[in-house]
Amino acid sequence: MTALRVFVFGGAFAYRALFNWIHPAMFIPALIGLPLFQIVFFVYLGRSNGKEPDSFFIVGNAVQSCAMASVYGSVMVIANDRLFGTLPFVVTSPANRFALFFGRAAPLVVNGLLISVFGFLAGRLLFDYSPVSSALPELLLVLVIVVASCTAFGLVIGTAGLRAREPILVAGLTYSLMLLLCGVNVPVDQLPPGLEAVGRILPLTHGIAAARELATGADLGDVSGSILAEVAIGGVYAAVAFVLFRVVEARARRDGTLEAI
Amino acid sequence: MALVRLRFLLTSWRITFASLSRSTFFIVSAVVQPVIFATIAFYMAAPAEGEQLVRVGLGAALIGAWSATVIGSGSLLHWERWQRTLELLVTAPVHIVYVIVPMTLATASLGLYSLTATLAWGAIAFDMPLEAEHPLLFVVAVLATIVSLGLLGVLLASTFILSRHATILASFLSYPVWLLTGLLVPLALLPTWVEPIGWALAPTWGLRAMQDAVVGGNPWPEIVACGVLGVAYLLLGSVFADLFLRLARRRATLSLA
Repeated sequence: MTALRVFVFGGAFAYRALFNWIHPAMFIPALIGLPLFQIVFFVYLGRSNGKEPDSFFIVGNAVQSCAMASVYGSVMVIANDRLFGTLPFVVTSPANRFALFFGRAAPLVVNGLLISVFGFLAGRLLFDYSPVSSALPELLLVLVIVVASCTAFGLVIGTAGLRAREPILVAGLTYSLMLLLCGVNVPVDQLPPGLEAVGRILPLTHGIAAARELATGADLGDVSGSILAEVAIGGVYAAVAFVLFRVVEARARRDGTLEAI
Repeated sequence: MALVRLRFLLTSWRITFASLSRSTFFIVSAVVQPVIFATIAFYMAAPAEGEQLVRVGLGAALIGAWSATVIGSGSLLHWERWQRTLELLVTAPVHIVYVIVPMTLATASLGLYSLTATLAWGAIAFDMPLEAEHPLLFVVAVLATIVSLGLLGVLLASTFILSRHATILASFLSYPVWLLTGLLVPLALLPTWVEPIGWALAPTWGLRAMQDAVVGGNPWPEIVACGVLGVAYLLLGSVFADLFLRLARRRATLSLA
């Protein structure tokens, strides 16, 4: 019961305190405006090259925009503890580590999901594009999986950021690299083999592929391979993030580097 | 007196530029980010060649220059506020614009790194030709673009005096300005009402000037447009800085914003 409380309330408090874009005046431009303009930009860039239809860019960028909350947000809620000087309290608390760590991720999953759904809505309003209506429940399921997988990846970066000097910079770079490597705007198989290999072990890539197929009317069974790959990748990142958190925590205690920047 | 002020501006620009050049954050923003966007644009434009590749490379380079300018404009005053030095700068016996101009010119100058990195990456990875019909005019066009971007930064920074969220507001301006100025997407593809907005933004003319210098056109009209816009930004920036500083003093919110 205590662990559940730490998961729910601890996560909510950490989100409000550490993901410091909570003020609506900042939240809207950063988490809604940026993805919106990203979609508009890439749709028009795509049109100027004429190789892929609008739907390719709308689905890709709408799904990828969840990373705004899940990657940036994860980095902020984990790494800001050190920046704001609250990390020692977290580390010395007797709270269940699993609940403490993943509780911080839960609000970000909801947040990322809302952003992606908004991205699809923007595609409908601005470019008159909408996925096949019968596929919406399956599409929502894929979005939940992708956002969770992306958040797990963000937790890895955020935890590594506890030892890095500029974690938010790494988050920004990761976000931009995802635009290149995850099949958001360039089909993955058109990338050089090395980049394609990296793209295939990142979150998003398989989820975006599944979302594109579902949006055109494919069945869940047709994209089960992509969905399972996304689940597996997310699971691996979640495990890596948790182990890394425990390692960083133990090392920080041992070396006295808890607040070292 | 004028010489003293010029020396102050140059020294301040040099120190800020040197300091920014040692900042991982600014260097990555100015070099790596535009290279990533250039790579995306090159792949999306494939199999482009020749002049089309150069257009993509220059557009991506200006993306980096704009990002450096807008992030710098948003974050430098904010950084002064965090360090509790903004009050000292405001009460210094020179107009605040003398403080802001070298800062924003220095951040815009990081665009030189963007340009070098993006063009070099385009040439190495995508066989982009690195020849300009008018190399000297190309240099003039680049300098005019950087200076006008820096002065646009003055306008932005002066409006950011009132906000503690300037960095986030600044990052919000990335994609819209990339679109409005036609850096990678031809303005002809956008709704017709977009183009006049782009005319008021220096990167629109800077890009055209650089492209003209590369392909052998006449870049002077665009260079002059950069100059005129730069002066307008500076004047507006001075007015806004006065206005917003007076507001911040009256409300006693300079350090709180």
